[in-house]
Amino acid sequence: MLLLATDPNFLQTIWFILIAVLWIGYLILEGFDYGVAMLLPILAKNEKEKRVMVNTIGPVWDGNQVWLLTAGGATFAAFPGWYATLFSGLYIPLFLILMGLIIRGVAFEYRAKNPETQWRNAFDWMATIGSFVVALVFGVGFANFVIGLPINAKHIYVGGFWGLFTPFALLGGIVLVVLFAFHGAIYLSLKTKGDIRVRARALANPLGLAAIGGGAIFLLWFQLAYPAGGIIGWILLVLAAAGLASAWFFIGKGREGIAFISSSAAIAVVAVMIFVRMFPNLGFDNSLAQGHPLNVVTAASTDSTLTLMLIAAVVFVPIVLGYTTWGYTRFRKRIGVENMPNEAPAAAHAG
Amino acid sequence: MSPETIARWQFGITTVYHFFFVPVTLALSMIVAIFQTMWVKTGDEKFLRMTKFYGKLFLINFAMGVVTGIVQEFQFGMNWSEYSRFVGDIFGAPLALEALLAFFLESTFLGLWIFGWDRLPKKVHLATIWLAAIGTNLSAIFILAANSWMQSPVGATYVACDANGFGPNGGDCNRAIMTDFGAVLTNPVSLVTFPHVILSAWLTAGGLVAAISGWHLSKLKGKAKAERDIDTHRWAAKFGAWVLILAGVGVIVTGDIQGKIMTEVQPMKMAAAEALYTTEGGGTACADFSVLTIGSLDGKQAVKPVIAVPCLLSFLATGDFHGKVQGINDLTTAYNGGQLIQPDNALQKAYASELKKLGITDWAPNIPVSYWTFRLMMGLGFIGMAIGAWMLWVMRKGQLPKAGPVWNTLMYAAVLAPLFAISFGWIFTEMGRQPWLVAGVLPTASGVSPGVSAGEVLFTCITYTLVYGALAVVAVGLFNKYVRLGLPEVSEPKVLTDDEAPLTFAY
Repeated sequence: MLLLATDPNFLQTIWFILIAVLWIGYLILEGFDYGVAMLLPILAKNEKEKRVMVNTIGPVWDGNQVWLLTAGGATFAAFPGWYATLFSGLYIPLFLILMGLIIRGVAFEYRAKNPETQWRNAFDWMATIGSFVVALVFGVGFANFVIGLPINAKHIYVGGFWGLFTPFALLGGIVLVVLFAFHGAIYLSLKTKGDIRVRARALANPLGLAAIGGGAIFLLWFQLAYPAGGIIGWILLVLAAAGLASAWFFIGKGREGIAFISSSAAIAVVAVMIFVRMFPNLGFDNSLAQGHPLNVVTAASTDSTLTLMLIAAVVFVPIVLGYTTWGYTRFRKRIGVENMPNEAPAAAHAG
Repeated sequence: MSPETIARWQFGITTVYHFFFVPVTLALSMIVAIFQTMWVKTGDEKFLRMTKFYGKLFLINFAMGVVTGIVQEFQFGMNWSEYSRFVGDIFGAPLALEALLAFFLESTFLGLWIFGWDRLPKKVHLATIWLAAIGTNLSAIFILAANSWMQSPVGATYVACDANGFGPNGGDCNRAIMTDFGAVLTNPVSLVTFPHVILSAWLTAGGLVAAISGWHLSKLKGKAKAERDIDTHRWAAKFGAWVLILAGVGVIVTGDIQGKIMTEVQPMKMAAAEALYTTEGGGTACADFSVLTIGSLDGKQAVKPVIAVPCLLSFLATGDFHGKVQGINDLTTAYNGGQLIQPDNALQKAYASELKKLGITDWAPNIPVSYWTFRLMMGLGFIGMAIGAWMLWVMRKGQLPKAGPVWNTLMYAAVLAPLFAISFGWIFTEMGRQPWLVAGVLPTASGVSPGVSAGEVLFTCITYTLVYGALAVVAVGLFNKYVRLGLPEVSEPKVLTDDEAPLTFAY
């Protein structure tokens, strides 16, 4: 690790932490959204079951996605240098993410607008593929932040597109996909009833084993090759493994609530590990930066902008959390195929 | 083509496309909230049917606005990394605040509104659509503050690099930094642009409601047992027509103020809007406004107006019929001589010596584009208002419009004229700002991402265009389908207590 010319101050540190928190919110919340959409072709046996699955996330997915937009906006505001280098450097991966977000974003709203089978299948595949691509690319991306993206003195990424696809990064992509699928299966068993709930719970078993196996390899590789935080890194690794194991154990026992909290905690802990590793170099490799590193100090906005934004965050994040929680409690009831309204042509435009 | 040119095309394509959905979202969310409020207040089924009918159309539009909006937030970093680096300290804050204050509000409460008909008490459910609508309008405040700062960069200064290539406290340098956030939020450009944009959104949504209900009225005329539908559509069509007219008046008033502020902070843009090469007006003379011209606008020969309104340009620019309006050539000479665009702007002053090194000689935007988009914006807006007035005349005293190609054409025009007026308005605003990203400070060429190749930008640009094109077919198709389906039959929503009962609404 390169020494910093200047140590990060309180504002720069707190903003790094806040951005990590926004990412964690995104990964937990959109994680199960992506998982549900990825499981659509696997889990649902008929159209009504598909509808049940889509409707478990229907009211919340759009709000969940805002965590990502806020993380992006906060990065722009608090660390313009990070935003500029990262977004232009990972140009094609981000483009793939945008494409994924676009095709899945219209899918839920538009599938419901026409009962034709072909129409629905098309949009369901868009939701599934879009979610898969976004999860995969973010997995590859975060693994690359762990490795460190090489940049030059002008803070331009110099690793090239194909340089992103190291074995470690590819494993990161696969693990994130599996982890989200597992998280999504737990969410589905928590939010549905009847046959689909039973099958979601059954599917969570092999998905959990895959997540534990893949996650263990990834995290051990991570700690051995790219150590971060010393003993804290190892403690986090154990916690992440424990979270996944607990999720797998409790979903098997039918304790869906605890399983969901466990898988959410596992996602959060893995994200914390990654962000610990990313401090203070923001996931960049500064060895080619010729004494002009990009890090939390050199990427940051001025203290006055950071202060202003901090005040806004302190006031509004609790408000957002408050109404988001309230919203979730409005849809706390499980849904099943019997709750799906009929779709006679006339009913298609009721509501 | 250079990466800069393609990146500009990409910004233009994706932004103009995004802004087809934004105005409808801004104002139709409010209009649906008004309809639902009237239903809750009066209990009249008519308003519930309007709420559901226009609510559905609103959602088809909203989905497109959301997904195309994500591209906007990412695009600054992807294609314009050096711009982002330069302005992030100021420009990033409104974007972050937009997500935190506005996007969460609109997305969360819209989800509650869509699925909440049978889960929320009537008044709580009504509050959700209002909160969602407020969220969308809040987002306009922030994003317009950000854009206005690019037109007139207030509340900021420039930080140069020290000998080691760092700024104060080891931070970044060679960038603009914020000195006064209050000034950014109360930027005169922003204060007038916000109502201008919001009112033009109402113009669009008013046109949409008037046209859709107006079209249905003409189809329902003479049909048996259509009284209920006729009564409902008549109310909506009149409402829409009044919105068209009143919002139009507001757009004119705010646009007029905006023109005067623009002349102050970006005189070159006003000169380009008229293709005015030499300074006119002042004293007893005045500058005319040409409605139409023939021939080239390149300044090599005199502009030949077909119709000109005497002294109008002087008034539009200065508020005085004999006001002096500076011409392109005179402004160019002054800027080449070192005059700042806004002599008292702190950022422009602080950056002037850096700018000199770039040796800019071409200070004007594309003149024909500025000239014609300015007129198309105004002309199409006027057409929208005129259709509103015509509709009220046709529907006077209980009469119904006659179906036919004339009426249909007018109804299509009532939707499209305001929508395209807005597009041309934005093209004028953004292309008229050229050659700058930040007026008088950062040239467009300096903002582009140096690490992104022309091939990459071209690839993404083509893909966006194709995907957006396909989505347009789907969205417009769905929109038309639901327009044609007409007013839904409704039943009084009830909060469900039976867990086994079907929901009123599900995807």
